[in-house]
Amino acid sequence: MKIFDDKLRSLEEENQERDFSDLIDDPGPAFPLDRREFLKLVGGGILIFCTMPRSFAQEGGRRGGHSLPEDFNAFLRIGEDGRVTGYTGKIEMGQGIITSLAQMLADELDVSYDSVHMVMGDTALCPWDRGTFGSMTTRFFGPPFRAAAAEAKAVLVELASEKLGVPKERLKTRDGAVYVVGGSRKVTYAELTKGKRILRRIKGVPVETAADFEIIGEPEIRRDGVDKVTGRAQYAGDVKEPGMLCARILRPPAHGARLVSVDTSGAKEVEGVEVVHEGDLVAVLHPDPEAAEKALGKIKAMFDKPQPYADDKTIFEHLLKVAPAGEVVAEGGNLAEGLKAADYIVDETFLNSYVAHSPMEPHTALAKMDGNKLTIWPSTQTPFPLQDAAASLLGMLSANVRVITPFVGGGFGGKSAIRQALEAARLAKLTGKPIQVAWSRAEEFFYDTFRPAAVVRIKAGVTKAGLLTYWDYGVYYAGSRGSEQFYNIPNHRTMSYGSGWTAPQSAHPFATGPWRAPGNNTNTHARESHIDMLAAKVGMDPIEFRLRNLRDERMQAVLRAAADKFGWKPAKSPSGRGLGVACGTDVGAVVAHIAEVAVDKKTGHVQVKRVVCAQEMGLCINPEGARIQMEGCITMGMGYALTEEVKFTGGDIHTHNFDTYTIPRFSWLPEIETVIVDAKDKPAQGGGEPAVICMGAVVANAVYDATGVRLFQLPMTPERVKAALSRA
Amino acid sequence: MKETLRFKLNGKPVSLQVDPDRTLLWVLRYDLKLTGPKYGCGEALCGACTVVLDRQAVRSCSVQMRDVAGKEVTTIEGLEQNGQLHPLQEAFVKHDALQCGYCTPGMIMNAYGLLLNNPQPTRSQIIEHMEGNLCRCGAHMLIVEAIETAAKHMGGRTQ
Ligand code: FES
Ligand code: FES
Repeated sequence: MKIFDDKLRSLEEENQERDFSDLIDDPGPAFPLDRREFLKLVGGGILIFCTMPRSFAQEGGRRGGHSLPEDFNAFLRIGEDGRVTGYTGKIEMGQGIITSLAQMLADELDVSYDSVHMVMGDTALCPWDRGTFGSMTTRFFGPPFRAAAAEAKAVLVELASEKLGVPKERLKTRDGAVYVVGGSRKVTYAELTKGKRILRRIKGVPVETAADFEIIGEPEIRRDGVDKVTGRAQYAGDVKEPGMLCARILRPPAHGARLVSVDTSGAKEVEGVEVVHEGDLVAVLHPDPEAAEKALGKIKAMFDKPQPYADDKTIFEHLLKVAPAGEVVAEGGNLAEGLKAADYIVDETFLNSYVAHSPMEPHTALAKMDGNKLTIWPSTQTPFPLQDAAASLLGMLSANVRVITPFVGGGFGGKSAIRQALEAARLAKLTGKPIQVAWSRAEEFFYDTFRPAAVVRIKAGVTKAGLLTYWDYGVYYAGSRGSEQFYNIPNHRTMSYGSGWTAPQSAHPFATGPWRAPGNNTNTHARESHIDMLAAKVGMDPIEFRLRNLRDERMQAVLRAAADKFGWKPAKSPSGRGLGVACGTDVGAVVAHIAEVAVDKKTGHVQVKRVVCAQEMGLCINPEGARIQMEGCITMGMGYALTEEVKFTGGDIHTHNFDTYTIPRFSWLPEIETVIVDAKDKPAQGGGEPAVICMGAVVANAVYDATGVRLFQLPMTPERVKAALSRA
Repeated sequence: MKETLRFKLNGKPVSLQVDPDRTLLWVLRYDLKLTGPKYGCGEALCGACTVVLDRQAVRSCSVQMRDVAGKEVTTIEGLEQNGQLHPLQEAFVKHDALQCGYCTPGMIMNAYGLLLNNPQPTRSQIIEHMEGNLCRCGAHMLIVEAIETAAKHMGGRTQ
């Protein structure tokens, strides 16, 4: 698998999420799709090209010559029937942007919410986009999208003014029409655009402010709900093409294993099976996936396995041994002074295991060649980068590759990895037939880009009065997101060693990548556990201790909101009540959690009984959607806190299915209460990730509060809890 | 060896030439072109493929065609009646009891199987019955609420 693996590795590394704050405001060339081509594809209707202020060039960056459009963009179309289509390169994987983007569009354009239809993740129709990750849709795609709608509305008013012979000042818009103020005359957007294509631009049209919102900020239920409860919603595996073959691919027994010899004759004997063997790729094809699977089992292959250098137990030692030089994330004051000023010092190390994304839909893709054109229907978070990667892999022009993204059955960062789609593309090119590659659960676990195992070392000091004096922090392999502490500490240094997926090749025995709120789960777990230990040292209530050391007003506000909702009664920990607190910040939002747990001292089982979460994320477009994301984060976060851990020996992954990898289930369900702290006047921030970051610490702190025993390693499996209790 | 197997699918008789060793999930998805039953694990560990077979919720990834012959299969596609959503579907939509929606058909079919046999389940019976259905997006709380609402709405009826 060497050649393909190497090529893939470089393509996937290209495609991995990075910290791209440095790329904001970095405009590149304009919208790649030729305007005529675009019109051909979308048909008639008014097409709005508008000018974006420079700051909207956002997540662009110059990646393979692309960027989100700066000058000319196409985000929406008003059809002759009055229906409005919004275009976005983002995809819908459960986070609910199909709903919130439609809300934005309807509100800014003044059309009914139901008249809006979203086209998402189609590289031929939608403006270029780097990928759906990092909670960037609302923060960075939202502003230019709203601006496009605002400009479209201004153009329509201008057209109406010409048509009605009434000055613009006397016109107002409502429900897809322009009305004369105080009169009965009106003209609908559809009447204005009928049979016409208008390319007109008005610069500098402002977007609505909070006072104007009618649909933004209102709770909306999911607009894809009906399709999804009837089974009609199409995911990648539901897209079928005539003559389609299902591929099962020969897999190595471990990462890094090399194919030495292969005998495919057994598979060839199975009726209707086609065997493909090209270089490192051995695949069997059949219209029925089960028949393909059976034929695959008849292939005899020998692999050379490399010597494993670490397993799930020894990995931390190994990681520290090969750690690269650190980078300073933040520093201030003087650590030696802080040490001198401290009455108590806490010096601890925190560990996190590898965690899988395990979306319920495994990676799947259909690819089809038509002449020299390739179409891919993948489950992916990154349709545009996939378009380029497939073109590069197959030696085609990107313009000849179209990626159409159906609904995605969960991603959480894992579907930024596009291997399955490239496999399908390669097989489609080799055979000329439509090929479906749908990974089994075992393949999903094998090729997942796990959240990296990580180590955090913290030394910190506090005075008897409960004031933090210094903070010496080093995170290995998780990356810096969420590592910068926000407490008021005069002397501090935060270092990051081997930032996540850019770690040295020799570090992780397999691929790692971004996992919902990448890095932040690890950093928040360590920081908030450590803060709790310091609070306990001085015998102070953990909320009071945090408030005393916080200057950030937003953080104070969410902590207070959570405490109020919970009905918090101050006590020093361990109080025996099983209550924990944690707070943190991610993608511009701030969150605070309070949890109640029960620990079964005999079995080591931890049951989370109640979680209160307060979140402030600036302007919240859809409070209903945001609430659901928060509940989802809390539920999902219990998994990495309590059970989720990939087992392996070197590149040999022992975790194959859900019997050995436990994700949260119905019986785990705590009472969940969420509070959205209102901040309508502030820019919208990310809402789909922040509430996951505190789950490790809030549960660890609650376990400590219940038992007086602290766990330093996630997940806090029953075995680890039992072992910690018996050591105490 | 192919055989002619007859069964009922969503109320309609079906007769198929298939190998009885084949698995129901793949026959539904590839031969009968349904999209509702989903693959999630292939080993009866996640519930994404759940369908109702003669009034019992089963994992279609672990049912062979020979065990389907002569029986009645209901998939999510069969719940809507005359363009009307089933109360469970209605409740899932109203409660927003889904995110990515990939687990949803399996969730609803498993809940449907529960209500067929226990039209007024308690909250803990719901949780116990749904335990084997996995949802990675964490829609659990709303799913439980949606099932409670549907059961209430149906007022003891099973259909
Ligand atoms: S696919 Fe059948 S239970 Fe998971
Ligand atoms: S809604 Fe995504 S898996 Fe349940």
